[in-house]
Amino acid sequence: MKLDPKIPGGPLEQKWERHKLEMSLVSPANKRKFKVLVVGTGLAGSSAAATLAELGYQVEVFCYQDSPRRAHSIAAQGGINAAKNYQNDGDSVMRLFKDTIKGGDFRSREANVYRLAEVSRNIIDQCVAQGVPFAREYGGQLDNRSFGGAQVSRTFYCRGQTGQQLLLGAYQALSRQIGAGRVKMHPRTEMLDLVVIDGRARGIVTRCLQTGKIESHSADAVVLATGGYSNAFFLSTNAIGCNVTATYRAYKRGAAFANPCFTQIHPTCIPVSGDHQSKLTLMSESLRNDGRIWVPKKPGDKRHPNSIPESERDYYLERKYPSYGNLAPRDISSRAAKEVCDEGRGVGPGGRGVYLDFADAIKRVGRVTIESKYGNLFDMYERITGENAYEQPMRIYPALHYTMGGLWVDYNLMSNIEGLFVIGEANFSDHGANRLGASALMQGLADGYFILPYTIGHFFANAKKEVISTDHAEFKRCEAEVHERIRKLLSIKGRKTAIEFHREAGKLLWDNAGMSRSERSLKEVLKRLPELREEFWRNVNVPGTDADLNQALERANRVADFLEFGELLAYDALTRDESCGAHFRVEHQYPDGEAKRNDADYLYVSAFEFTGVGNTPILHKEPLKYEFVTPTVRSYK
Amino acid sequence: MNLTLHVWRQKSRTDEGRMETYLAKNISPDMSFLEMLDVVNEDLIKHNKEPIAFDHDCREGICGSCGLMINGVAHGPEKATTACQLHMRHFEDGAHIYIEPWRAAAFPVIRDLIVDRSAFDRIIQAGGYISVNTGGAPDGNAIPIPKENAETAMDAAACIGCGACVAACPNASAMLFLSAKVTHLANLPQGQPERVQRVKKMVEQHDREGFGHCTNIYECEAACPKEIPATTITQLNRDYLLAITAGGGPGARKGGAG
Repeated sequence: MKLDPKIPGGPLEQKWERHKLEMSLVSPANKRKFKVLVVGTGLAGSSAAATLAELGYQVEVFCYQDSPRRAHSIAAQGGINAAKNYQNDGDSVMRLFKDTIKGGDFRSREANVYRLAEVSRNIIDQCVAQGVPFAREYGGQLDNRSFGGAQVSRTFYCRGQTGQQLLLGAYQALSRQIGAGRVKMHPRTEMLDLVVIDGRARGIVTRCLQTGKIESHSADAVVLATGGYSNAFFLSTNAIGCNVTATYRAYKRGAAFANPCFTQIHPTCIPVSGDHQSKLTLMSESLRNDGRIWVPKKPGDKRHPNSIPESERDYYLERKYPSYGNLAPRDISSRAAKEVCDEGRGVGPGGRGVYLDFADAIKRVGRVTIESKYGNLFDMYERITGENAYEQPMRIYPALHYTMGGLWVDYNLMSNIEGLFVIGEANFSDHGANRLGASALMQGLADGYFILPYTIGHFFANAKKEVISTDHAEFKRCEAEVHERIRKLLSIKGRKTAIEFHREAGKLLWDNAGMSRSERSLKEVLKRLPELREEFWRNVNVPGTDADLNQALERANRVADFLEFGELLAYDALTRDESCGAHFRVEHQYPDGEAKRNDADYLYVSAFEFTGVGNTPILHKEPLKYEFVTPTVRSYK
Repeated sequence: MNLTLHVWRQKSRTDEGRMETYLAKNISPDMSFLEMLDVVNEDLIKHNKEPIAFDHDCREGICGSCGLMINGVAHGPEKATTACQLHMRHFEDGAHIYIEPWRAAAFPVIRDLIVDRSAFDRIIQAGGYISVNTGGAPDGNAIPIPKENAETAMDAAACIGCGACVAACPNASAMLFLSAKVTHLANLPQGQPERVQRVKKMVEQHDREGFGHCTNIYECEAACPKEIPATTITQLNRDYLLAITAGGGPGARKGGAG
């Protein structure tokens, strides 16, 4: 396996501009001869599909939901970063680049991150032109808020529904193309395999979730925009349907999977209330702008929060990180919460929670202002917990939220399989070992609107044009494998449901490969997950048939992939014998509990090559070269 | 809590369908309504029966996938709350709960509680967008937008496309869904060039899909989990009237509710 990141030469500030000039073009008349399949309709998929269709390519789009508008980007709350410097507070492309590199704990590519910061500005302009109703100042100018890991205000937002509005903007752009007949949309359709012929991605095999029909689709390029794999942990802030199937099956067909152990824990989610819990709900990180995080100083203090006096509260983030305080980056805030709960100072049922208190902010600016900023979040909190956060502090706890790892891609967002592009959360490229808040929306739209549409043209201009029919033997072989697997799932008729297996595997990962990891805990995962997988294929019960809408079958099919993928995640975490960003190995920490990076041995991207289920994958290393910034110990004190 | 559920079961579009009764045992008041259904479904699978099919995804009230008539009310008894955010603490122990799919000719049942809402997508495809290609957009601050207009646009843009408005309306009208998009775009300067055409094309598509007309009953507003105000329909009517009579329409005039 050859991993060439294809980073253009020249000064950092000129790489992308130069690369755009150097890339070959496809003439307008020829564009319509190329067909692209886009899988997934979140920010990355929708924006890419719309833009490619505007350019004149033939585009077909797939999503498992009933409408492209429902992809989980819709749930992003807080905002989107852009280096506009509208606030005149010293922001610039270079500063956003540096913040992102540092936030990622120096495990991402400089050139990719710089490009991301550069195009961030175009994204805001594009979204405004589409009618995204960003928050405004009284003078009519765009408003900004600040977010974790940054000392400037560069986050654009639409109340607590930024992801929704950005996605609807992209969805509307896509709808325009569908209406004009330039995009063929396949909703309720799930990709179940990637077809690779002579080293080049030639199409996909899908299952129609309404009729059960298995179908092949052939094209000149395949774009995966299928999101992350947080649901490997069962409980996460992802939608129930989010899964690793598309990227994992591409991995099984030869695509390298990069940094699977880089999984982000979001510090501000509503704590687990019981075993019935099916998912966790995030409270936007933007709440940390006004909320103060604390726990009682005394372990086991069961008093109502409002009756605990100031002197007996520990505002631990403000105490430990005075310059960033409650806005310390996500990984640091999450671990700090775990630490105080481990000390027995956690609050709420089960003792896994900390307070996020708005009393001071309400005193300072008034309840009306807080309501206008976060009203919908307070409402959501009350709906779920039955508690009024204007009158008593919220309870929060970290939860799995985002995955920085994903399929390996080069600077052109193409995987090591020719013709297979991967964008948005599904790729690994820009966030290193930890993503900063409000950067996921930025990356999804950067990839979809402004990067892929250029780089895919360059690929087409240089690739051999050749139409492969879906009657080709390889398509038939992949279809047969998909059929066989579904037949097998339905035939086992065991005693446990797929959800039971999922919950068990998720807990195993959360306890042993979650917020902190050790050699011992990771080896536990590598021992128990194969056992669980073996039991799954012997004892799962999937009711119904394959010829109609069967949600239990859909779930079982996804869980089966998580049961394999979890091993890859744990293996990566084991071989990365250092702490960095969200990857915290207890063996590697400073005396004060901070993550201890090891640049001498681990300044690389781990990219894994599949060698068979249950076999140890081959680790390929893409060295990270820092030419423009010097990796330092990340400090937010 | 122990509950008795009466649930609509229908195998396919052509199947007749019927109400069936299930017991939901040991339900925690902290469960969401869908988590309660998960418990029932897990039990059905254990007994080799087919689970109840229902659409759901984000389970945090924003994707718009879930949609259930609960005791005859779209999304159930709590105001401004989707079924996935409705918690069992709002029900009494021993209660009987009736669960049905959205009922509308334009939303055919696919299976059990799942309906086909693709008509909504086609209404947006007909004109619910601003025709701007990627690239070449002016600076985001080039055109100031009064905060009031941005807020009105945002109020309307909050629609999640769940279809509760249609399910609640005795005419099965999708006017609230349609007007929410029209109002969102009509309140922004970027939405002005296509304002007249947009409203015409979207209303035509709405009618083609078989949705009924609005007769000002306001059940839609009451059922909307995102509290989209019915005044957006006033805005729609105003724009539509101008579009079909004057042929020119309101142009760049500031939009407002009613």
